[in-house]
Amino acid sequence: MTRTTLRSCSVGERYSLGERPSALAVGAFLVAALLLAGPLSAQEQPLAFQGATLVPIAGPPIQDGVLVVHRGEITAVGAAGEVDMPGNAEVRDVSGMYIMPGMVDTHSHIGGGDGGDRSAPIHGEVRILDALDARHDRIRTARAGGVTTANIMPGSGHLMSGQTAYVKLRDGRTIYDLLLCDDVRTEICGGMKMANGTNPIGSPPFPETRARSAALVRAKFVEAQQYAGRVQDANGDPEQVPARNLELETLMEILDGRRIVHFHTHRHDDILTAIRLSEEFGFRVVLHHVSEAAMVAPEIAAAGVPSSIIVIDAPGGKLEAVNLTFDAGAALEEHGADVAFHTDDPITDSRVFLRSAGLSVRAGMSREAALEALTLAGARMMDLEDRVGSLEVGKDADFVLLTGDPLSVYTRVQETWIDGIRVFDLDDPEDRAYAVGGYGVTPDQGGHHHGMGGH
Amino acid sequence: MKGTEKVRWHLIARFAILTALLGGLLALPALVEAQIAVRGNVVHPVSGPALEDGIVLVGADGRIEAVGPAGEVQVPDGVETLQAAVVTPGLVDARSVVGLAGYLNQPHDQDQLETSSAIQPELRAIDAYNAREELVGWVRSLGTTTLHTGHGPGSLMSGQTMVVKTRGDNVGEAVVDSVTMVAMTLGPEVSQMIPGGPGTRAKGIAQLRQQFVRAQEYQRRAGENGGGDRDLQMEILGRMLDGEVKALITANRISEIMAALRLAEEFGLDLVLDGAAEAYLVTDEIRAAGVPVIVHPTLARHSGTLEHGTYDAAKRLHDAGLEVTLQSGFEGYVPKTRVLLFEAGMAAAYGLSFENTLEAITLQAARIIGQDHRVGSLEPGKDGDLVLYDGDPFEYLTRVCTVIIEGEVVSDECR
Repeated sequence: MTRTTLRSCSVGERYSLGERPSALAVGAFLVAALLLAGPLSAQEQPLAFQGATLVPIAGPPIQDGVLVVHRGEITAVGAAGEVDMPGNAEVRDVSGMYIMPGMVDTHSHIGGGDGGDRSAPIHGEVRILDALDARHDRIRTARAGGVTTANIMPGSGHLMSGQTAYVKLRDGRTIYDLLLCDDVRTEICGGMKMANGTNPIGSPPFPETRARSAALVRAKFVEAQQYAGRVQDANGDPEQVPARNLELETLMEILDGRRIVHFHTHRHDDILTAIRLSEEFGFRVVLHHVSEAAMVAPEIAAAGVPSSIIVIDAPGGKLEAVNLTFDAGAALEEHGADVAFHTDDPITDSRVFLRSAGLSVRAGMSREAALEALTLAGARMMDLEDRVGSLEVGKDADFVLLTGDPLSVYTRVQETWIDGIRVFDLDDPEDRAYAVGGYGVTPDQGGHHHGMGGH
Repeated sequence: MKGTEKVRWHLIARFAILTALLGGLLALPALVEAQIAVRGNVVHPVSGPALEDGIVLVGADGRIEAVGPAGEVQVPDGVETLQAAVVTPGLVDARSVVGLAGYLNQPHDQDQLETSSAIQPELRAIDAYNAREELVGWVRSLGTTTLHTGHGPGSLMSGQTMVVKTRGDNVGEAVVDSVTMVAMTLGPEVSQMIPGGPGTRAKGIAQLRQQFVRAQEYQRRAGENGGGDRDLQMEILGRMLDGEVKALITANRISEIMAALRLAEEFGLDLVLDGAAEAYLVTDEIRAAGVPVIVHPTLARHSGTLEHGTYDAAKRLHDAGLEVTLQSGFEGYVPKTRVLLFEAGMAAAYGLSFENTLEAITLQAARIIGQDHRVGSLEPGKDGDLVLYDGDPFEYLTRVCTVIIEGEVVSDECR
């Protein structure tokens, strides 16, 4: 799977030249690329890390563990002596370090992308992947924080600001090197960003109230249901098939449960509105930010809806965040709801993503749930749990070497690996600059803003 | 008995009585008036080495009476003793806008920046401080007991700052020093924030120089003929020229830092640099000027004039021999304040030693804001401001469980 994905970067280069290769050409290219796979692949020789404390997430921590990766995949995980070490493996002693899965950021704005414009509050057809810069320096700083997979989203200033992109933070030339799908025209390459509360409220054509916000969304999904009905009734008959509508086609993917809605929502009543909409139309939703989660944790848990939360230094800064403290994770965990963390980078910096877990455990979350919230829980919220988020045989070789306990403030990300390729090394001066900062390392490029308030 | 001996015995007796009386005077308050005792597995006085199993005794006047190993400090009967893993002095935040920049972030609770004109040093912090603001309680619960707060960055001269304790129902109960510094900003944000203000940074510097020159003239006239009509702005600028009120200049880029040093030299200002994101590139110049630095919150977003900022700023500046402290600073958006304790964690995690980090956010900060005679270390006679932790203060997982200001428990929920 990993190698197939690597193939797609070459396809991407074709696209970037402006050609639109036919399916046949793409297929031929894939075959050719497979034959030439060597140089693009991760290590031909198995690579083993021994001596570290492994945090597999899929199971309890393993002292003096062994992790073996080969050709971009994890081929062995276990305690020393219990793992069959391949005879030809290159062995690295990483005693004293911790190894955890590459972190999964369920909500990020790195890469300089954008989404819908101000012409309307709903832009289901807009894709952020059409606007992402694979070489953006914020992608490099995110790697320095140990983030390997991200859900890159358009902003929250719309009811529906566009399609998100699920990416790996590979060292890429174009967006195709980063995407987790192979064909952007036939596959689901991300989720859908929606928002309620104050951010999408404005002057026409934007709604002025919360109720109208919900009504506009309901009308759009009703339209999509009717469109889906006509498509189904046509049963493939070209005479009967309705005219293609990119937005409604995308909403059909949501109604089918193939595309997940990532719903920005802060206040307890807005959280319940988001759940109500998801239940009315049967769409899969991940609640994002969920600042007042502690107030409605039982309802969130009862709905079986996962939450992706943010951890912020102090409450407030906007009206909807006045109850945002460190206890959302603990409250959701207590009630049995699935919890992941996100950076909302640049709202919080990807380089300190581990802080989210530390501060949440400080406020009562369990260590296990907090570490899962940095990794596997986020992967589940993007339908990527079969590939990333834990150290398990067969999964992508995405992992992070840490200098110590993931929940200690003194711990640094030493190395970040994606698909068995090292993409960050704290000992490399250039990489270290991205981790620590410095003159000209990450010049301000403007970029994403959440409708900044105040002075 | 010879007369001389008699006299001698008499003297000895008087001396003994005097000694007993003196001893009683010294001992009596501890017996009767000691208010609270804190015992820590480790007590960090900051003014001296850490004490294993130490005790801090605070009197009814809110001042520290004794600090020492448990075997040497006697806790009088009936005095409550709080226990903690680690005890430090109350944390001193050298630069904040808490109490003026409210957490709602709505126009009605944003009092840190007046935009009607670019130079308004006469604006007093005491006229805008809300002692009951949510964030005062938030930073208090995380260990901050002394705040240097007031007008924010964003204008050439946005107004005055002051020192408060994070307690009290109104400013009068909180204030420690009502006029501490005047907040100034030299960056390009001034042109964006102040509609009628300078259009460029160079123009802004020229306007500041012109105003200080006017203040010099005002002082000269006042000295010659007893002065004319009072001018509040000229009065506060005069106090800055006299070195009585410090200039707190927010300057992040090299050009802004150099301009701040130039201004201070030209007008004899007592300068404190705020932000100083690029200070690591001009440490020699800052050291030569003898100017302390309140480094920007490292968790602040590294955009705008912070774009070249670093996570190891405090370590770098400390290693270069500068006086460095940390701050919670100003934030325009979520969150409305950083937290000094978390900033210290970043400084320690990125290379500043534990001792230097703790000193930076206690005694060093107290020195820079002129309050080291009262706060910043655990020494007899100083304010009984203490923070009790259940572990290493800078660790994510360690919680602040009790905060004491002048002997009074002001926060007792582990957070």
